[in-house]
Amino acid sequence: MQPAVKRIIFYVLLFAVWQGAVYVFQVSPSLLPAPTDVFASLYEGFSNRTLLYDLLASFQRLFIGLAIALILGLLLGVFLAKSKTADETLGSLILALQSVPSIVWLPLAIMWFGLNEMAVIFIVVLGATIVMTINVRTGIINVPPLYIKAARTMNYRGFRLFTKVTIPASVPYAVTGIRLAWAFAWRALMAGELLSTGPGLGYSLRFASDFGDMSRVIAIMLIIMLIGILVDLMFFQRVEKKVLKKWGLATD
Amino acid sequence: MGDVLFLSIKNVNKSFTNNGNSELVLSNIQLDVKEGKFVSILGPSGCGKSTLLSIVAGLASATEGSIELNGKAIKGPGKERGMVFQQAALFPWLTVEENVMFPLLPDMSKKEAQQKALQYLKMVQLSAYTKHSPHEISGGMQQRVAIARALAMDPALLLMDEPFGALDEQTRSRLHEIVENIFLETKKTILFVTHSIAEALKLSDRIVVMGTQPGTILDVIELDFPRPRSQSKEELISYEEKIQALLKSEIDKVTEKEQNHAASR
Ligand SMILES: Nc1ncnc2c1ncn2[C@@H]1O[C@H](COP(=O)(O)OP(=O)(O)OP(=O)(O)O)[C@@H](O)[C@H]1O
Ligand SMILES: [Mg+2]
Repeated sequence: MQPAVKRIIFYVLLFAVWQGAVYVFQVSPSLLPAPTDVFASLYEGFSNRTLLYDLLASFQRLFIGLAIALILGLLLGVFLAKSKTADETLGSLILALQSVPSIVWLPLAIMWFGLNEMAVIFIVVLGATIVMTINVRTGIINVPPLYIKAARTMNYRGFRLFTKVTIPASVPYAVTGIRLAWAFAWRALMAGELLSTGPGLGYSLRFASDFGDMSRVIAIMLIIMLIGILVDLMFFQRVEKKVLKKWGLATD
Repeated sequence: MGDVLFLSIKNVNKSFTNNGNSELVLSNIQLDVKEGKFVSILGPSGCGKSTLLSIVAGLASATEGSIELNGKAIKGPGKERGMVFQQAALFPWLTVEENVMFPLLPDMSKKEAQQKALQYLKMVQLSAYTKHSPHEISGGMQQRVAIARALAMDPALLLMDEPFGALDEQTRSRLHEIVENIFLETKKTILFVTHSIAEALKLSDRIVVMGTQPGTILDVIELDFPRPRSQSKEELISYEEKIQALLKSEIDKVTEKEQNHAASR
């Protein structure tokens, strides 16, 4: 059987069991609504456009944050790869920061920027910049020395060697960096919105929860999950696979 | 042309320092190469063949001594010297054609570079693969692209470091033909590192036999036979035996050293 077919059967069963259990045990909708309620809430949210606006608001923040993070990460990664002193000092700090979930910066961010967009974008930038930096640095350090040697025999050096060989040779790591940055940014964004202000998916989730509207809460959770997985599967994993194959790094 | 002194390697020593102790890898290398000659360097693994070639390429510097090309001291890499490595070292983000254009682009328009690239790809019989990615062609084809890329700069001296070491026998002999034809056609001077005696005998005007620990030149053998050569020629066989004897004593030396080292621990 095709994996896709197996998956469809699995999800249909999952929803059926969920629906059945809610029906049989008469679970209160404020504890666990039935899938039909969740889908109704989804439908309603999209037909009156509230969810659509939330999505747009969240994506806008995500793209601003991610764009800043990718540029910062690229610059910082190049800096760390090129300067040994920076790598040994600033590099250690960045590695240490990596172990801190970026959402714990929110209280500080709110003090600095106020309870607004800026605070949330700050959280997004922080989470994504760190993974991007680390991957770009690794990519540049791992450029095969043979490429550099070959280019040098063709009279490439300095800045041109860097832009024409080092940078393209580290593209596979950069792509992984972008993919991870997206994943970190998405999580950080949802956490940030949940704990601060809207509009946005995270904010509407908390809003629904304050009103005991669990159907809407689960509906939004589904959207967050779907977007997370779809972007990764449909876009990043495909791009990554292609790049790895082209760069001769694919394992199969 | 033909008898002009071209490349001159003078008293080259090279040592590497590993954890504080310095190891002499090349000792007093002296070699003069005349223009338009095919010179092979043959020697046991680790005798410093690649090190010598990368010094000539300008990728590394000699600890002592100097190398002159047409009377000018070599200080770094330069377009008059092209290099082909054991791995093709093609850039995977470029197509076959773009790889060959790579050394040309800084100095000429894209269109000119493209024409030149095609000319050299024809020379290695790959003009049908211009738009392919390196990962879409075989190892032997990749190596031919690498040769075309080195030739595209129109270097006076072509350095080749075991360019066919990773290829199977059939591909190898096909590439021997291609290289020999390029050599005859372009009249380039070629410095060719190999560990195959047959390969050296087939292609070279001169064979430089190196010994190891430290790397020294043991003997220089002149081969004055018409091309193309078939490997069964009787004269060639006598040379083969001579080189084999030279190399065997070197390999014995390494084995003995290794055993002494093991015994002393
Ligand atoms: N960058 C380096 N640092 C330290 N030692 C080195 C370095 N490069 C080469 N060596 C040493 O120099 C010696 C000669 O190496 P080289 O690669 O030139 O040998 P080779 O003759 O090309 O061998 P092979 O036939 O296996 O390619 C070896 O003992 C090697 O360990
Ligand atoms: Mg070598």
